[in-house]
Amino acid sequence: MSQTKLNLDQSKIDRARALSKEITQPVNAYIKQHTTVAIERATLRMLGADGVTPDDVPVPNAIVNALGSDIQYGASKYYINALIRKNLSVEQLNAEIAKGLDIAKLELTDMSLIQEKAKELVAGFSHRVKGNVAYRTSKISEHKEKENAPLLYLIVATGNIYEDVQQAQAAARQGADVIAVIRTTGQSLLDFVPYGATTEGFGGTYATQENFKIMRKALDETGNEIGKYIRLVNYCSGLCMPEIAAMGAIERLDMMLNDSMYGVLFRDINMYRTFVDQKFSRMINAFAEITINSGEDNYLTTSDAYEKAYTVTASQFINEQFAYDSGLPAKLMGLGHAFEMDPKIENGFLYEMAQAQMARELFPEAPLKYMPPTKYMTGDIFKGYIMNAMFNFIAKSTNQGILLLGMLTEAIHTPFMQDRFLAVENARYILNNTKDFANDIEFKKGGIMQTRAQNVLDETIEFMENINEKGLFDSIEQKMFAEVSRPKHGGKGFDGVHEKAAEYFNPVYDYLELELGLKN
Amino acid sequence: MNNIIRPYGDTMNDGAVQLSFTLPVAHSAKADEAAKQYAHQLGFEEVEVVHSNPLSDDFTFFVIYGKSQQQIDYDKIEVEAVEKSMDFYEVNNFIKEQIKRKVVVVGACTGTDAHTVGIDAIMNMKGFDQHYGLERYPMMEAHNLGAQVPNEELIKKAVELNADAILVSQVVTQKEVHIQNMTDLVELLEAEGLRSKLIVAAGGPRISNKLALELGYDVGFGRGTYPENVASFIVEKMVERK
Repeated sequence: MSQTKLNLDQSKIDRARALSKEITQPVNAYIKQHTTVAIERATLRMLGADGVTPDDVPVPNAIVNALGSDIQYGASKYYINALIRKNLSVEQLNAEIAKGLDIAKLELTDMSLIQEKAKELVAGFSHRVKGNVAYRTSKISEHKEKENAPLLYLIVATGNIYEDVQQAQAAARQGADVIAVIRTTGQSLLDFVPYGATTEGFGGTYATQENFKIMRKALDETGNEIGKYIRLVNYCSGLCMPEIAAMGAIERLDMMLNDSMYGVLFRDINMYRTFVDQKFSRMINAFAEITINSGEDNYLTTSDAYEKAYTVTASQFINEQFAYDSGLPAKLMGLGHAFEMDPKIENGFLYEMAQAQMARELFPEAPLKYMPPTKYMTGDIFKGYIMNAMFNFIAKSTNQGILLLGMLTEAIHTPFMQDRFLAVENARYILNNTKDFANDIEFKKGGIMQTRAQNVLDETIEFMENINEKGLFDSIEQKMFAEVSRPKHGGKGFDGVHEKAAEYFNPVYDYLELELGLKN
Repeated sequence: MNNIIRPYGDTMNDGAVQLSFTLPVAHSAKADEAAKQYAHQLGFEEVEVVHSNPLSDDFTFFVIYGKSQQQIDYDKIEVEAVEKSMDFYEVNNFIKEQIKRKVVVVGACTGTDAHTVGIDAIMNMKGFDQHYGLERYPMMEAHNLGAQVPNEELIKKAVELNADAILVSQVVTQKEVHIQNMTDLVELLEAEGLRSKLIVAAGGPRISNKLALELGYDVGFGRGTYPENVASFIVEKMVERK
């Protein structure tokens, strides 16, 4: 399984890793000195802040808004101070804040008292998340033999959480291992997380803590009936990246779309905001043992998959390094890529296979996330079904970890229930029929696939050298990724980034750093 | 009267059609019969349920073949004539000769729509399916503003760049969200007295020319549109308006 087929030069792989370290280093220096409104809100949530004001402002937002630039000292200091000063439980304080209590105005008590209370609240969060991890681990090992390899990943996107439940349970019964609830279009640009169960969304369903809870319960029910652990996925991206991570940790989500640069490139979120947010969100995901899925597939919907394959590989290296820097182990890195080459390319299948196999060999422990064709899917559902079969075959024969199933009706409409069924049938036929194919073949020395992979690796290194020279911030500004330019101080959310004061206090951050071995 | 047609299976005018659909009932012989009778109600004869499969406890998927006696007089079919559009080189030459300056185009996915596939295919340098995008046109200045651009922002940018044309992409059409958003843009343009100065085009997999015209656009582009189709329309319309 781990033997190499592509004959890649190890010293080149080492060079790429050294480069990604150098590229991320200055970014990490910036991250270290800054916090964001989203990080503060996420921290508050992990300490217990929840609920909404009568005008639907979430309590964590109400607190952070009231604090303004004082979040440079850490919002949790004020929240915990209020608990002590008012002698209230977390629930009682949340209710008071929802009614209009401004905790920014309370005089600060002795810091040692705040620290003591913080310990208690962090322990409560930690207990809950560790319980979630233990439950997931035991359920997965109990039902291991029923899992598909790769895991079959299906999407629901009705806009209504209760309708999503119906479709998700049906998909799980049909054989899906992983269910993703697509978010409503536009949520990534909201600087708050909506509250409660929701039934109105466009192209997807709001990510709310209540919706997470509803879907978790439904999938646990179906999973227990069919004797399988069904993994739940949501989107840890956009302006609320760390908050979604916090909610996912609490409600036992299993995977999160979580990319270090996606928001900058594809949602025009400010780069400083995204880099600072992604670090904390990944620390939370690492602690909750949530597998992240990075979004390299998106490069290929914008750029050409054959010509720009190296941008995917470079981004995988960068995502990997940022993930390591957040304490996330390789086994939780669902690094992304996609089957998006023009089907008219002669030998396109070989190039796709070379790319998928290269990702496998470069990141041997990562459960790679492989994305299906979308760009060249047309209304010809019959051809689309074959393209999905070719994609499934590569996924199996290069040992991908997570297989997002292609829909034959991609580019036509949101999937019909039967479309998901047909996708699972397609995949299961191929997974079973070619089960040991990967172990039974070698690639021809100096053949098309070896040569292609070696060339892409060379291009990747050249590209990364270039990024390293310019710096990551400037590289993004100069259109080096996905052919889009994002100005350093442009995009959404930059006003939410604050430099940390010397006495910045964040008990969850400190706790996670210790737990994840990022600090001794 | 001599051009009456029906679907062709393996014999002229046999009216053979394949269908697939899901019914919200458990898989059973009764479900198969229900699917068959439903196909009869649709007007099919000789209905065969060739495949049925449970999707869950409460849903079943069917593949069905049937024959229909429905027929249509092909000579009476009318469609809007699709004019052949210019290609990349012809568009650029046309601009050089007839407009004599660069044509400025601003495009975006507007409202909450985050799906840039369509606008990227039309505007990006690379284009789509070997058809160069507008950014590659030497006689065009193309600005792709990306996703989730508010209508106000798009208009502001169009004014700032002195645009000749605005392209609006709408991919998400769930619950008809695109209609409202597209209407808003036209109303805003009219309110600011800009509508007649700009060529306003809409595109997306569920956008038709007919719909776009109804909503007050100059043109609508649906599935299968290439950058040169959009470019041709814009430059020809500009000359026509002069």
